[in-house]
Amino acid sequence: MRKHQTLGVYLHAQGVSRRAFLKFCSATASLMALPPSAAAQVAAALAAARRPSVIWLSFQECTGCTESLTRSHAPTLESLIFDAISLDYHHTLQAASGESAEAARIAAMEENEGEYLLVVDGSIPLGNPGYSTIAGMSNLDMLRETAGGAAAIIAVGTCAAFGGIPHASPNPTGAVSVSEIITDKPIVNVSGCPPIPVVITGVLAHFLTFGTLPDLDHLGRPVAFFGQNIHDRCYRRPFYERGQFAHTFDDEGARKGWCLYELGCKGPTTYNACATLKWNEGTSYPIASGHGCLGCSEPDFWDKGSFYTPISAGLWGSRETLIGAAAAGAALGVGSALAARARKKKARAAEEAES
Amino acid sequence: MNDRVIVDPITRIEGHLRIEARMDGDRIAEAWSSGTMVRGIEIILRGRDPRDAWAFTQRICGVCTLVHGIASIRAVEDALKYEIPKNAQLIRNLMIGAQYVHDHVMHFYHLHALDWVDVVSALQADPQATSDLAQSISKYPKSSPGYFSDMRMKLKKFVESGQLGIFAKGYWGHPAYKLPPEANLMAFAHYLEALSWQRDVAKLHTIFGGKSPHPNFLVGGVPCPIDLNSDSAINSARLATVQNVIVQMREFVDQVYLPDTLAIAGFYKDWTTQGEGVGNFLCYGDFPEQGINDPATFLFPRGAILGRDLSTIHEVDLYAMDQVREHVAHSWYDYDGGKTVGLHPYDGETALNYDGPTPPYEHLDVEESYSWVKSPRWKGNVMEVGPLARVLMLYASGHEQTQELVNYTLQTLDVPVEALFSTLGRTAARTLESKVVADNMQTWYDNLIDNIKAGDTRTFNEVLWEPSTWPKQARGVGFTEAPRGALAHWIVIEDGKIANYQAVVPSTWNAGPRDAAGQPGPYEAALAGHRLHDPKQPVEILRTIHSFDPCIACAVHIMDPNGKELVNVKIC
Repeated sequence: MRKHQTLGVYLHAQGVSRRAFLKFCSATASLMALPPSAAAQVAAALAAARRPSVIWLSFQECTGCTESLTRSHAPTLESLIFDAISLDYHHTLQAASGESAEAARIAAMEENEGEYLLVVDGSIPLGNPGYSTIAGMSNLDMLRETAGGAAAIIAVGTCAAFGGIPHASPNPTGAVSVSEIITDKPIVNVSGCPPIPVVITGVLAHFLTFGTLPDLDHLGRPVAFFGQNIHDRCYRRPFYERGQFAHTFDDEGARKGWCLYELGCKGPTTYNACATLKWNEGTSYPIASGHGCLGCSEPDFWDKGSFYTPISAGLWGSRETLIGAAAAGAALGVGSALAARARKKKARAAEEAES
Repeated sequence: MNDRVIVDPITRIEGHLRIEARMDGDRIAEAWSSGTMVRGIEIILRGRDPRDAWAFTQRICGVCTLVHGIASIRAVEDALKYEIPKNAQLIRNLMIGAQYVHDHVMHFYHLHALDWVDVVSALQADPQATSDLAQSISKYPKSSPGYFSDMRMKLKKFVESGQLGIFAKGYWGHPAYKLPPEANLMAFAHYLEALSWQRDVAKLHTIFGGKSPHPNFLVGGVPCPIDLNSDSAINSARLATVQNVIVQMREFVDQVYLPDTLAIAGFYKDWTTQGEGVGNFLCYGDFPEQGINDPATFLFPRGAILGRDLSTIHEVDLYAMDQVREHVAHSWYDYDGGKTVGLHPYDGETALNYDGPTPPYEHLDVEESYSWVKSPRWKGNVMEVGPLARVLMLYASGHEQTQELVNYTLQTLDVPVEALFSTLGRTAARTLESKVVADNMQTWYDNLIDNIKAGDTRTFNEVLWEPSTWPKQARGVGFTEAPRGALAHWIVIEDGKIANYQAVVPSTWNAGPRDAAGQPGPYEAALAGHRLHDPKQPVEILRTIHSFDPCIACAVHIMDPNGKELVNVKIC
């Protein structure tokens, strides 16, 4: 990736004179209805510090990823867009519509060629260009055009990262992920349906703070947030080991916070930070609120059988070695859990025999 | 086509919407609304476990993030005659209520406000005068001159950076913006406050559903157990957080959202006489007191209003085959019986048939199909759904608080009751019903506490959980009043699997294209007659379209009950 430059340095390198730059600043000032004296301040600000430009494209999506972005408490969305980045194109938030919106995207691409960060949510339908268009342009064309000058791409949400729900069988629109189309740019997959709010902003913060992209796992996800499976970090894990399970949603085990494995929890094969970072400023996460993990940060989680079928039933495929390994680990866990239960039964029988 | 104004993308909405308008001089003669994205979630649902459907349908929309989950579990429960415990009913009411207040506030400040608020003008505001203004309309504590001075400084620094980000290329300085700089600065400050507030109040969903957006639901109840002696269930600490959220919601609605709406509306009274649309309104009703099968006890009543006539509320029956019907005359789908018939959702059929222009394109062919949204009709009538429909229904059916709120609003703005049938009426109705819902949340919470006190902690009914207990065939309807309006899912279950699934959603009602009879949809009808000051800066179109709060990912849905060829693509 090219080292980030200020606009002043960039324009100088492009052969743009100081005079032309100041003229641009006057135009910017007048566009904003600022007094002419403000042009100098604009020039100083522009030349000194430039917030990295971010272009956010939304394709076959539900806007849940953007909603999740707004829920981040650190960094907050408002601190990001006012102090850290320049969010130059984002359908849900931007003021301009229609031609003006597209002009903002084009301007951001031209002014920040090779420098801007591209964020994508939603999958891209290859079945027909008419399945999803923006300003009359197919998603495929818009992705290719915008990715061309991007420094890096962040695929936010399971749809952009792995195809997500539009990709679920029988994939009626031929939906694919970003990485199936763009192969010549660094891509970070921030999966989840939606991703945890602070994971989305955490990846952006990493880029802004360290100037690099974070280390990734074999599916292109940051290891900081997707390096561990939920089961290993879950506060209910000890109950799994002891063989204490909730058998239905409102039984003693459910109320006491025992393991949800038998109710279909996909925690053992799901790599995400729900159990450590939790959701919405540490308020809870799905398992802590009584429902098994859906596995939403994994590829094809929609097609792995019912959400209420335990994974030991063999419905969870082993497409990736890692997932296979995790399943094997889970099977071992079940084994030890069963052994624990057998031990308890034996102990009880012994007690009864004694009495 | 030079007389055609095109706005695509319509931003600050959910999803992908395009508006084309034919101009007659500076006025819109006719308009066309097009949903430009399709995913096919109903096709994906076929053959799956009905208990899983809520998770799929919930991903229809991440903004109104729980409404499709609710409609789905209710559809399965209706099909199976599945009773849910009282606590589950109350917790669902609290979750739906929280969605309303959260969603409406965010719509007002983050999606709609920039149609009325000129951010750049706020730079000219005097902090002392802004403080005087704020304190004259509300007791909201963040109203000192120092606070507004800081806000102005923040905005000034941002604008002077030369990087306007989300505000770039906005229509700043457009003569349609009428607010004085002080009102603009106050609104900008509240834009930021609302962003912070919504993060906190979303936690109600997280407590009961484990995450926000997309909290978890459960056929037969709710997944979160109640146990006052457990650190891992709904206990007194989690309940206290819920109570805290309800207080925060009510304070923000009373002290910020409601006074801001009235203050801003006072400068835009010309928008109480335009943007009406079709004058027909439809509600399915919601917030049951005694269970979903007793509409008489709903907070929001069920019914239809035709031709602005508030004296007659027509009965609505979601099972009746001659009431709700969907048409595809101008949608990119085919029907076996041809494109001129309308089908009840139980009989619904759909095959994708994109015969629009090959992208990249300049214009849609509005004489043919031009949208991925279908055209639902109620007894053949085009119907508007949403906050205005609900407020009119509450008003017409004698709901006292609503009548007081509506009368107070009309009096404050000094406008007649007809002003409700307008762009601004729609926006104000959203604010007023937020207050009704926020206040009722306290009642549902109190009822939940009373029920727990009485010893009832049940949250889930396991009797019909196993598909082996189900009839071989069953079908049902799940409905809710989503923030954007009447929403229903129709499900057909065979051998424990989904045989057919159909969602008819609020933005399908509002954003749909013309039907075979040529009747325009509500968006299309509402835009006719609008005068555009500058077609390149179509803020007038945005005002009326945003007043409906479009949710286009919701609006586009497809299904096929017969397993025939689903996708038939023809590029012309």
